[in-house]
Amino acid sequence: MEFESPQVVADALRSVEYLPNDRIAQVVFLAARLDKPILVEGPAGVGKTELAKSLARVMERDLIRLQCYEGLDESKALYEWNYKKQLLRIQADADHDWGDIEHDIFSEDFLLARPLLEAIRAEEPVILLIDEVDRVEVETEALLLEILSDFQVSIPELGTIEASTQPIVILTSNNTRELSEALKRRCLFLHIDYPDPAREQEILTARVPGLSEHLAAQIAKVARSIRNLDLKKAPSVSETIDWARTLLALSVEDVDETVLGDTLHVLLKYQTDIEKTAKELASGVTD
Amino acid sequence: MLGVLTGFIEELREAGVPVSMVEVIDSMRAVEAIEIDNRTSLRETLRATLVKNLRHERAFDTAFDVYFSLVPNMASEPAQLPETGDGRLEEPPDDQGSEEFDLDGLLQGLFEALADLDPDSLRNLARTAVDQLAGMEPGRPVGGTYYLYRTLRRLELQAMQERLLAELIGDDDLSDFDQRLVREDVEARIEQLREEIQEEIRRRLVADRGREAVARTLRRPLVEDVDLMHATSNDLADMEAAIGPLTRKLAARLARRRKKRTGRLDFRRTVRRSLATGGVPVDPQFRHPRPHRPEVWLVCDISGSMATFSRFTLQFTHAMATQFSKLRSFAFVDTVDEVTDFFGPGVDFGSALKRVTTEAEVVWMDGHSDYGNSFETFVSRYGSQLSPRATVIITGDARNNYRPPRGKIIGEIAKSARAVVWLNPEPMAYWDTGDSAMSHYSTHCTSVHEVRTLRQLEEFVEGLTLPAGTSALKG
Repeated sequence: MEFESPQVVADALRSVEYLPNDRIAQVVFLAARLDKPILVEGPAGVGKTELAKSLARVMERDLIRLQCYEGLDESKALYEWNYKKQLLRIQADADHDWGDIEHDIFSEDFLLARPLLEAIRAEEPVILLIDEVDRVEVETEALLLEILSDFQVSIPELGTIEASTQPIVILTSNNTRELSEALKRRCLFLHIDYPDPAREQEILTARVPGLSEHLAAQIAKVARSIRNLDLKKAPSVSETIDWARTLLALSVEDVDETVLGDTLHVLLKYQTDIEKTAKELASGVTD
Repeated sequence: MLGVLTGFIEELREAGVPVSMVEVIDSMRAVEAIEIDNRTSLRETLRATLVKNLRHERAFDTAFDVYFSLVPNMASEPAQLPETGDGRLEEPPDDQGSEEFDLDGLLQGLFEALADLDPDSLRNLARTAVDQLAGMEPGRPVGGTYYLYRTLRRLELQAMQERLLAELIGDDDLSDFDQRLVREDVEARIEQLREEIQEEIRRRLVADRGREAVARTLRRPLVEDVDLMHATSNDLADMEAAIGPLTRKLAARLARRRKKRTGRLDFRRTVRRSLATGGVPVDPQFRHPRPHRPEVWLVCDISGSMATFSRFTLQFTHAMATQFSKLRSFAFVDTVDEVTDFFGPGVDFGSALKRVTTEAEVVWMDGHSDYGNSFETFVSRYGSQLSPRATVIITGDARNNYRPPRGKIIGEIAKSARAVVWLNPEPMAYWDTGDSAMSHYSTHCTSVHEVRTLRQLEEFVEGLTLPAGTSALKG
């Protein structure tokens, strides 16, 4: 599926209930056009991962996901030799010439493809999601560079495997750590922030069926109000969606202090935040 | 187009945003792929290809506004430099006579545009407002703040806000909670008007004086280059976002030590390795030993002369508290007190700061910095708890009000700790001038650093290497 313009991207994403702003649509369009990876940054729960998933749905591609974590290494990200199978092969052919066996056990049959290699070798173009890339150590980041700039993987025993199809690569980061310049240089940068009330209202109505316009607008405004406070963890979009569902389940029609106070724990996850918000919003202080 | 783009990139670099050659080429390729006369599209394209750090977005937006504000059709007229004033702009029908200007009419129009959320009419009216109220004089080398102020003063935004509030609330009897929501909504709309006016003023400045000149006046230091001693509260808020990643890096640096084969045998990797030798495990592999937990003691000068800087260091302390399980923090003016508990888990920075300034007992005599006495008290109270695993970080300007510096005490601390690091927010050239006693202390410290900006703090963290934390070396 080719995108002719950012508007087409936006419409397509809308059709799967992902509501992009201008920036998101533009960057996705560019990524598809220039074959460049996107580095998506922003607070937790604003739809970074969701963007990749929605894109996969829109373009009808498979999504290959690599969840990053501290200690991730190449055997889990790129590829690994299937040593058990290799051992069996060696033992089964104990009387054969070693040179033959060695040649044999380092062939593709014995290779276990991990997400990155899998994305490169896929016959149909895929979406590759490298989630929370800021969690890996700086050294591990280097593993990604070859894939991101040349879409290829070098395996010492086999040579270089080049991508047969061009994957769309999306990296997400919560910005807990400054990523290396080398990585950033290879990507298009996309910062997603909390949506403004109008867009959040749209997101809520799209994602929560049965939610009234009035309630959605109110929820979006309350969310903005809470995000303006100085909290440890501001409510994310996914949390406002949860909150909207909660309110719907409780058949609330109008948000007021009491309702907010009773359901605040859906929006906020720290006791200090809950207390602070309850105090600020309930008393309606002017500042 | 190429000319404008190169000038724009030049300006970004001047403002301190690092733009590499590859990124420039990318941006050119990207611009070819888009519809160039769509301003939003162009803005987001350039942003995605040229700016890779959220902290640099403000610099980007300012430069973009200046460089791509009034070129009506760039494709047809490349690198066009504006020569004349207001007349060249694509104006709304230019018929408002300036002699009889109807301020009330304008205010009413703005009010309606704000109440109905009509962006087009808001923009047009903002233009009229600047036209009539800013009193812009061609050729004056100002950044526009003055014009903004003049325009806004006549528009009386405060009154406008009240009026909007009254209009939107209407006769309904709203609870405090609902009123608050409406008020925030109104504030956001007023802010939008402000931005429209500011943008309009910039457009005219650019038309008057050219892009380079305006960009130069508007240039602000990036967050990482703001002097910590004179940072505004806005700057501090921006810095907060950068501190988190930095403390994590510091934690990693302090925990780093030479690799030792102390971990358990890693069976999977050993067998995997053995394949190279035909299945014989000649090269056993081990799991990584558990990371070493560094101990950090932060000692901060929070006296009046250090007000802004100490706010920053306390912010840093707060962020560090989430990274180090063994962080102890101390504050001092003329005596020292432990403030570790104020920064416990789950405490937000605001209340921690409040407790430090109200509850910590840091004044003993007159509330003027006394480093000598503070360090003496520090050693007598906490010195016995120092261990060779602890890194002591002292922050302060070493301005001792000509009191005895007692530098040897730092030597004592250094002897029983792993290292003593001093971060001084003053330019190195000022050290030891006036009442600064820096050299009395620096001789006893493991290392001293000038940390005037976030960038320097970053450099300090990057370059940090400390002696190994084993007691055997200290014997």
